[in-house]
Amino acid sequence: MKRSVISILDLSVEELDQLIATANDIIANPQKYSEKCHGKTLATLFFEPSTRTRLSFEAAMFELGGNVLGFSEAASSSAAKGESVADTAKTVSCYSNIIAMRHPKEGAPLVASMNASVPVINAGDGGHNHPTQTLADLLTIQREKGRLDHLTVGLCGDLKFGRTVHSLVEAMSRYEGVKFVFISPEELKVPSYVKQGLKDKGIAYEQTTDLEAVMPELDILYMTRVQRERFFNEEDYLRLKDSYILTPDKLIPAKKDLAILHPLPRVNEIAVAIDDDPRACYFRQVLNGKYMRMALILKLLEVK
Amino acid sequence: MNIDSIKNGIVIDHITAGKGMELYRLLKLDRLECSVAIIQNATSHKMGKKDIIKIDSEIEVNMDILGYVDPDVTVSIIKDGVTVEKKQLFLPPQLTNVIRCKNPRCISSTEQELPHIFTLTDPKKRVYRCLYCETKAN
Repeated sequence: MKRSVISILDLSVEELDQLIATANDIIANPQKYSEKCHGKTLATLFFEPSTRTRLSFEAAMFELGGNVLGFSEAASSSAAKGESVADTAKTVSCYSNIIAMRHPKEGAPLVASMNASVPVINAGDGGHNHPTQTLADLLTIQREKGRLDHLTVGLCGDLKFGRTVHSLVEAMSRYEGVKFVFISPEELKVPSYVKQGLKDKGIAYEQTTDLEAVMPELDILYMTRVQRERFFNEEDYLRLKDSYILTPDKLIPAKKDLAILHPLPRVNEIAVAIDDDPRACYFRQVLNGKYMRMALILKLLEVK
Repeated sequence: MNIDSIKNGIVIDHITAGKGMELYRLLKLDRLECSVAIIQNATSHKMGKKDIIKIDSEIEVNMDILGYVDPDVTVSIIKDGVTVEKKQLFLPPQLTNVIRCKNPRCISSTEQELPHIFTLTDPKKRVYRCLYCETKAN
């Protein structure tokens, strides 16, 4: 049966653990996987530019021995002629075995999955879902900390529009003993439905505007960028964009085994001076994203 | 005020006062050729005030719309002047093209052919969310 992944919640905890195990095996034995998708084609339908995610998907498919076709912006697709997402999905299903779609409109990949005859992976739909980023985050946390449970996870920056934050909270809240610390300016606080979801499950969380005050208790610090494209008002963006900038002195009270993550691209919210700190995991996180996308492609194509 | 009883048709009773016209519009009763009566602010022992709709024809009423807008209404089917059936209402698990998603970032805002689908995500609080973008219905 065709299976798509639109939200991180489409995957059970057992499936997440299974994907992490596959990704770790790919890292240990890349040769074993180099021809697994021979003869299969991934279509990357990117209706808005995202170099990082698109290249990650393409690299993942190439390293599995498969082929890639697609487009990297709506202007070079038939969407520019007014074609619907449903029709594009039906058409591309004829040329490919699996689709990765990024779209500025929320819910577009779901519409594609309802119309495609092949699996669809949501590669980001506006400010809504970005499940493969969460997969990269989970593998990074697992590899850095050796576990996904009993951790204090700090999330800092734009917690209102940051879709990676909401997905990570949803995913991590399914593991035992995880506590969240939300660090943001008042205007970019985590939405109430996210907090309500945690309350309903009896999961501990704390909300603050003061990053330095909570730094010593964190096992994970997930930094985010304030994204210009999520604001209707340029003035609000300019006022809030520099709310938190992580610098080496702010890390002084942090744990020695803190893991600093960022979904990237960063602008200035993490000083370049931190890149050489062993606690900076964000470039390893990029690589982990490729391995998790490989694991997910294998799973959805049912390649053994 | 007297409204004649109907012989064959439907009576939607115990409508929350003020919601009669909304139901009239959503059920598209203006398109019917038979007699339709809307009684607003009728006296009710249970509710104080209520609205009532009487339709003088045996039409199929969209129970999903009724269940979504006002789940406590009673729907009676009348045949030869006698109530032959009282229909039970419940919150519909899904609504298609009853309400529209107001999120400008939702795919349904640009794709005209796409049905507007909402699913019941919290029956206790009667919360419906857009199937595509998960925005809460107002």
